[in-house]
Amino acid sequence: MSRHRWFLILILVLIALIPLSGSRYYVFLGTDILIFGLFAVSLNLLLGYTGLVSFGQAAYFGIGAYSCALLMKRVSLVFPLAFVTAGAFGAIAALIIGFFCVRLTKIYFAMLTLAFSQIVWALAFKWNSLTGGDTGFIGIPFPQYLDSRTRYYYFTFAVVALKIINSPFGRILTTIRENPERTEFIGINVKLFQLVAFMISGFFSAIAGALFGVFNHSVFPDTLFWPASAEVLIMAILGGMYSFFGPVVGAAVLLYLRMQVATYTQYWPLILGTILAVLLFFFPGGIVGFVQTRFAVLRGSR
Amino acid sequence: MSLPDPSFLLIQSLNGLTYAMFLFLIASGLSLIFGILGILNFAHGSFYMLGAYFTHQFVSLFVDAPGQFWWAVILGSLTVATLGVVIERFFLRHLYIREELNQLLFTYALVLILSDIARIIWGTDQFSVSRPAILKGAVEILGQYFPKYNIVIILLGPCIAFLFWFILLHTRWGRMIRAAALDREVLGSLGVNVNRLFTVVFFIGAWMAGLGGGLVSPVSAIVPGMDVEVIVNAFIVVVIGGLGSFWGTLLGSLIVGQVYALGILIFPRLSLVFIYILMAFVLIVRPWGLLGRPLQR
Repeated sequence: MSRHRWFLILILVLIALIPLSGSRYYVFLGTDILIFGLFAVSLNLLLGYTGLVSFGQAAYFGIGAYSCALLMKRVSLVFPLAFVTAGAFGAIAALIIGFFCVRLTKIYFAMLTLAFSQIVWALAFKWNSLTGGDTGFIGIPFPQYLDSRTRYYYFTFAVVALKIINSPFGRILTTIRENPERTEFIGINVKLFQLVAFMISGFFSAIAGALFGVFNHSVFPDTLFWPASAEVLIMAILGGMYSFFGPVVGAAVLLYLRMQVATYTQYWPLILGTILAVLLFFFPGGIVGFVQTRFAVLRGSR
Repeated sequence: MSLPDPSFLLIQSLNGLTYAMFLFLIASGLSLIFGILGILNFAHGSFYMLGAYFTHQFVSLFVDAPGQFWWAVILGSLTVATLGVVIERFFLRHLYIREELNQLLFTYALVLILSDIARIIWGTDQFSVSRPAILKGAVEILGQYFPKYNIVIILLGPCIAFLFWFILLHTRWGRMIRAAALDREVLGSLGVNVNRLFTVVFFIGAWMAGLGGGLVSPVSAIVPGMDVEVIVNAFIVVVIGGLGSFWGTLLGSLIVGQVYALGILIFPRLSLVFIYILMAFVLIVRPWGLLGRPLQR
């Protein structure tokens, strides 16, 4: 366990050192990875820990991005307040939507999360006077004290690092995933816990969205469209949904590959689809799961 | 707000009916595959898109042949169905025992792969297929004009529906398919080759999606992205009607078609929102759909 800790600290230090390389490219990519890593981890709170397949997580990401942007531009709220309020909006939306969703199971749960996220998408897409509709909401200001790529990187890093603190809550969620009936017997209200997980997940997805909107100075309805929900699911599965950091690894690999591939070919979906198919057939535990079993085998053979 | 002209309302409603029949073709394949194989197939929209592209391809191959369009639709959709069989036999089959999430994501991987393959073959240009010669022109209904081709589609939809209903209720294959939906293990132990049955079901489902794409090609442009657009509508149809329910799919298609056609007159902006609200409402009140039955598995 302690070796695990050390490894973690090493990674965190490495991530913190990225801006010292002086490369704008890596700082940009690093911020992107941190944001989507946070998003994927919060999705995985549902997927890996509770076993709920949300097919509409982009809704909360989008709610965070739009509300942070709107609060700053329309109401001239200062960034920290807008930022936290955006997270709260995500949590409130998740509470309302989750209230209905957690009553359903499996495919019906996935379908209902999809339906709700499409409602949010359609609103963002059609409500021109509020969101700018199809052309998106542009010109989101950087707060002054974060007005450099590097500073924004560190801010994102701090937010993500704050989130990543393991808690006993996570362990209860895992128990629920493994055996909902038995968890009910030991006196835990499964539906309530699922709802709380849904809310927390919505909150952090919205926080990630708010970071994303300010980082890009703009938000578009595509951020909420259902393929965006599929993409973050892929990140979580690619990295490994049974480990806490798996989704971050997935986000890093996926975004890095996309950046690299973009210079050679425009057929990124083809590559992504192939990766996903290979993954599902041969590495169902994702990258982290694969590495873990490999190490376990090595240690066992000694 | 002044009331719209009733004849205009009728035409709009007929347009909705035409759209409903396309949706019905596609969604009933989706629903069939879900009902028997238990797989929610995201790639169903891709089959529809490929059906349209193949039809376009065959139409340009058979220039001036008699019945050019109909042959193109039949061959195009059969090509799609064959592709579906290949996918089922070599890939999907190995995922039946895995978690639903794996199956769902594999079909999504297919969406990504097939959309790019279509882009590689046909590029990003729009294509259109012209209507068969006898069906060009329009019919006058209450002073408004309605295309002949759309009337044929409205009539063709129920015909195909009744054909399938007949096959499912009155043939040996149909009985086996219904039995597979109830209990595939018992059916297998009775000596039925369940694997082959599943392949047949997937073939029929993919074929219907391909037919939908082929038949839609004269009335809507063939473009990249038509796969993603249609699949969500097909999901809405089967969710409203009831996943796996045949008559539910028909009812769902009719509802969605009318909501799109008439909703756009009442709330031009919000008809899109309304359709998703309807989907969410049905899932909350009756998760198994209007005419479906609660799932036991």
